[in-house]
Amino acid sequence: MTSGVGPVEESAAEEAPIVANADVVKARQMVRALAQQARLSLVDQTKLVTAASELARNTLTYGGGGHMRMSIVSRGGKTGVRVAFRDEGPGIPDLDLALTDGWSSGRGMGLGLSGARRLADEFELVSEPGKGTHVVVVKWAR
Amino acid sequence: MAQDDSDRLLSLLADGQDDFVARWIRTVTSSLAGRLTPAEVQQDLTELYRALLVALRQGDTATKGEAFGEVRSLLTELSRNRARQGFSPTETASSLFALKEVLQSALVEAGDLATYARFCRVLDDLGLYTVEVHAKAREEIISAQAEQLLELSTPVVKLWDGIVGVPLVGTLDSARTQVVMEKLLQSLLDQNATHAIVDITGVPSVDTQVAQHLLKTVVAARMMGAECTISGIRPQIAQTIVALGIEFGDITTKATLADALRHALHRIEQNGAAAGIGGTA
Amino acid sequence: MTDRVPILKIGDVLLVSIQVDLEDQMVMDLQEDLSQRIVDTGAHGVVIDISALEIVDSFVGRMLATIAAISRVLGAETVVVGMRPAVAMTLVELGLSLGGVRTALNLEQGIGALRRTRDQGPVGR
Repeated sequence: MTSGVGPVEESAAEEAPIVANADVVKARQMVRALAQQARLSLVDQTKLVTAASELARNTLTYGGGGHMRMSIVSRGGKTGVRVAFRDEGPGIPDLDLALTDGWSSGRGMGLGLSGARRLADEFELVSEPGKGTHVVVVKWAR
Repeated sequence: MAQDDSDRLLSLLADGQDDFVARWIRTVTSSLAGRLTPAEVQQDLTELYRALLVALRQGDTATKGEAFGEVRSLLTELSRNRARQGFSPTETASSLFALKEVLQSALVEAGDLATYARFCRVLDDLGLYTVEVHAKAREEIISAQAEQLLELSTPVVKLWDGIVGVPLVGTLDSARTQVVMEKLLQSLLDQNATHAIVDITGVPSVDTQVAQHLLKTVVAARMMGAECTISGIRPQIAQTIVALGIEFGDITTKATLADALRHALHRIEQNGAAAGIGGTA
Repeated sequence: MTDRVPILKIGDVLLVSIQVDLEDQMVMDLQEDLSQRIVDTGAHGVVIDISALEIVDSFVGRMLATIAAISRVLGAETVVVGMRPAVAMTLVELGLSLGGVRTALNLEQGIGALRRTRDQGPVGR
């Protein structure tokens, strides 16, 4: 679901494990710092950090832990922040269902994936049963 | 390009520096007809000439190369400043090309046409570079102005103690909604306002998307603890809203800003003017 | 053992001021602690100040709604105060509207709203 033109350049990449509750908090703080560095507006920072929080919790709760990779990206003169989460968990059998509001297989309000998609400018989800889940969000500075 | 040609050009440029720069400044100053002071022109061109000399000394004529880094950054600044001051890209490039005329006599009269042609190519490349920078600078100015316009077109005004209002004029897209929402919500905090009125008298049409934006604004205000009323719903718009089946839910809507203000005042009175009311999200 | 969010008692109101980025476990603990304190103190109102929170995600959002529902069952009214504009805009986009949770701009208005509710009896809902 990548849109726009030109190649994407990446910088300031950082990685962190998501294996405990404290890692979700740390992930939020890391994403916040990077979003500030990329000069996202306060509202956009808040949206990205919230999306990252939802996805980090998903990685921990449903994926059984995994890791986060984030970086500053630029394409065609625009700057943004890309955050990716990967786990080796059971995967999602029905992606369409998982992206439906209110659908939840665990605790939470079932807004994790669908909410993160609405909060981000770009959203990519790859998952297969037994092969884990990889989800990417990008927020561009206006 | 032979080594001695290059050496000849360099020594000519170095030896005649003071004379060439002075003539260059004169030519440019007169062509700009007093819109820049000779002192400004002198500063720009002297620096540029020096940087050009340094770049050529490194024996590279590729203007995109590393040797020309300093020249390019000087030209970038010059071109940006000129763009902001309202000069045309032609005028900026011509300033650079004026150096050709200055050197023409010295080089051509010495019969050194090859060197002259080579030097001209370098200047042509740099001239094109200033045009590129100019276009980019203009684009930046335009987008900055568009942003300012966005800010300007959405004033949040205090209507009464505890009541703020936004008169919306023009079309409402998602970028604009975000700006309006942000300003409105911030003003709730700043003014300690428990009521907000969004007046859409100046909004030409309301479709499902615009209605969606308005709804989001109202819900966000509620979550912060304020009541939000939509006013200025003209008869045609009311008809469209009904025809499209847009649900405004439990959101208060009023025909005019005056009605909305009366409603808000009444609500504040109901809840005791001193304390104000917490909304029910 | 993780940190716990302190719950203060002022008259018949319990005040919870969330000052740090909450771990999920702290959120669950707070929900439990608060229910217990309402019963122990017989408080009539709960004010949760989230003005220091830079984000509220669906997990914290659900906690706020749950606390409001639990305290209502226990006879106390909950008001959430101090939500930042950026947080409100994000929650709307996330699809969360905190239905059933009373909100106020700040602590003063939150306590004022509780006092009125007590004087007038619960407002119809």
